[in-house]
Amino acid sequence: MTELQAEQGAQALDLPHAQPKTRRNRDVLIALAVFVVLALLPAVFSSKLLLDFVIRCAAYGLFATSLNLLVGYTGLISFGHGMFFGLGAYGFGLMMQKTGVPVPVAFVATLAITFFVALVIGAICVRLKEIYFAFVTLAFQMLIHSTILSWVSLTGGDQGLRGGIPRPPFLGIDLSNQLHLYIASCALLVIGLFLMHRIAQSPFGYTLRMIRDNATRASFIGIDVWRAKLTIFVLAALFASTGGIIMALFVSGAYPEFAYWTISGEGIFINMLGGVTTFLGPMVGTVLLLILNDTVTRLTDYHGLVLGIVILFFAIGLRKGLMDFVVEWYAQRRNSAGERG
Amino acid sequence: MDLDALTGCLASSACLVTQTTSGFIIGMLLFLVAVGLTLIFGVLKVVNFSHGAFYMFGAYFAMTAYQLSGSFALAMLCGAAGTALLGLIFERVFMSRVYGADVLMQLLVCYAFVLIFDDVVRMIWGPEFKSMGMPAAFQVVPLFIAGGVVPPYYLLLIGVALAAAMILGLGLARTRIGKVIRAAAHNPGMVSALGINTGLIYGGVFALGGMLAGLAGALAAPVRSLTPGMGFSVLIESFIVTVIGGMGSILGALIGAILIGMIRSFGSLGFPLFTEGLMYLFMVIVLVSRPTGLFGKEVA
Repeated sequence: MTELQAEQGAQALDLPHAQPKTRRNRDVLIALAVFVVLALLPAVFSSKLLLDFVIRCAAYGLFATSLNLLVGYTGLISFGHGMFFGLGAYGFGLMMQKTGVPVPVAFVATLAITFFVALVIGAICVRLKEIYFAFVTLAFQMLIHSTILSWVSLTGGDQGLRGGIPRPPFLGIDLSNQLHLYIASCALLVIGLFLMHRIAQSPFGYTLRMIRDNATRASFIGIDVWRAKLTIFVLAALFASTGGIIMALFVSGAYPEFAYWTISGEGIFINMLGGVTTFLGPMVGTVLLLILNDTVTRLTDYHGLVLGIVILFFAIGLRKGLMDFVVEWYAQRRNSAGERG
Repeated sequence: MDLDALTGCLASSACLVTQTTSGFIIGMLLFLVAVGLTLIFGVLKVVNFSHGAFYMFGAYFAMTAYQLSGSFALAMLCGAAGTALLGLIFERVFMSRVYGADVLMQLLVCYAFVLIFDDVVRMIWGPEFKSMGMPAAFQVVPLFIAGGVVPPYYLLLIGVALAAAMILGLGLARTRIGKVIRAAAHNPGMVSALGINTGLIYGGVFALGGMLAGLAGALAAPVRSLTPGMGFSVLIESFIVTVIGGMGSILGALIGAILIGMIRSFGSLGFPLFTEGLMYLFMVIVLVSRPTGLFGKEVA
């Protein structure tokens, strides 16, 4: 499809498949180490702002990384992925407000709802190609947004779900306590990233890359392209929904903006900022965008102007995301060093 | 939902005329924006996500020109010519740099300009709602057709949009420039090999698209309020129009625009809160049954 993505395909083929079990163990260890470091942060820095920042990173990071499973790995440019972020936030918020079930039950039930909605919408969307796929996902996103706005008796319309989301303690975890919420968000983030990484590195993940690079060839060798695309669409929706649940817990509410198309636009921007050819690119993009947003909003009223200029720098100047740029630069340096030596 | 209001209106000729007229002016404004979008996509293969900004600039240019000169004709001219120039500069300086790149990069450059243009308008004209006001020449007694009220300005608006549609359609079909543009859309390599400057064509098409959106904004200025970000809803709606009609089809844009105008106009009676939802629902239905739109060509 593009130069960048073709390169990724080539690079991916070089990876050894010899010792999957050791690789899995290594991934588990890395995930545990990251979680321990994140969990120890509050002991070192006693800043509430930092904890809030990491919680927001967890919510948007899960969303952006799951979007990259579609955009970067499968070549499906979804402009409506934010609908699942909104669905997660509203589904969880409503469940807690209306039914009073325990948090874990509401969590699982929200993912179940997301699963069915994504299955229906995905079955329709993944038939379409490229720009038409982008538009039909955008249309579904706006359909859900309009439904939230017009179903005032259930969703509160443009006021959003107000009055706070009840967060009764369970198993000794009290999510209305900021520290508990922080640890839970970090756990969800690390587990989510670990699972998504496993998906990306599985044979199914390589099937997705093949569909991205040449869908016709993939179908010729017997791959059911529609089914594979639908599977990743639904899986990505589940992780985006988890991001939405974290967001709803964090702000103790849900607002129509969570389901507006700009969330999807921001997700795409985060991916481009961080880079779509590395697994952690979207995570880097999330941190960058949130820092950028926070500082720019503090410094100027013209926050769109500054953000726009930064985007232009990446799109026209680098022509790729930060992680892509770093990886490429590193590979080039290694190559030239190899030639010299 | 208020279906009684809808059926009540369908039974009354006065209401029918009023709603149909209002559906038409929504549709005609959308058509002018959408046809520029579809033209740019057809020739440059770029989805111009910043197209709504040209509509917005057209409206602000027209308002400023009208306030300075008091001439309605000059206001329209400024709206159209100003955005044409803006489109040319935008295409030559920025968009032309990402033609070879990923679709995502093109979308991103446009997205950046959506943010930048909105803030530029906020800087120049301020964040609050503005209004241009109806020119004196049109502040006359409205027409009554079958009991329905039709302001004369609406007729002018519909007339100008239809004239633009005809000039554009005939120009592309009959004139030499039109043929070159269609050839460039079909096979830019060949056109360039024949010694025609494709960069000039691309810039020209972008300017033309920008001009049409700007004209729509200028025409809308007397009847709509102006605010930074006003281009956005128009952009989304004109996307729906081009997608329903089929990307690259002028006739499709016209039919799609009128359909959306009617859905908005009559939908606001029957489903006041869900009017937008109706448009998206319609778009989903069309895309599911005909993935390339009503008049789009099937892509092999």
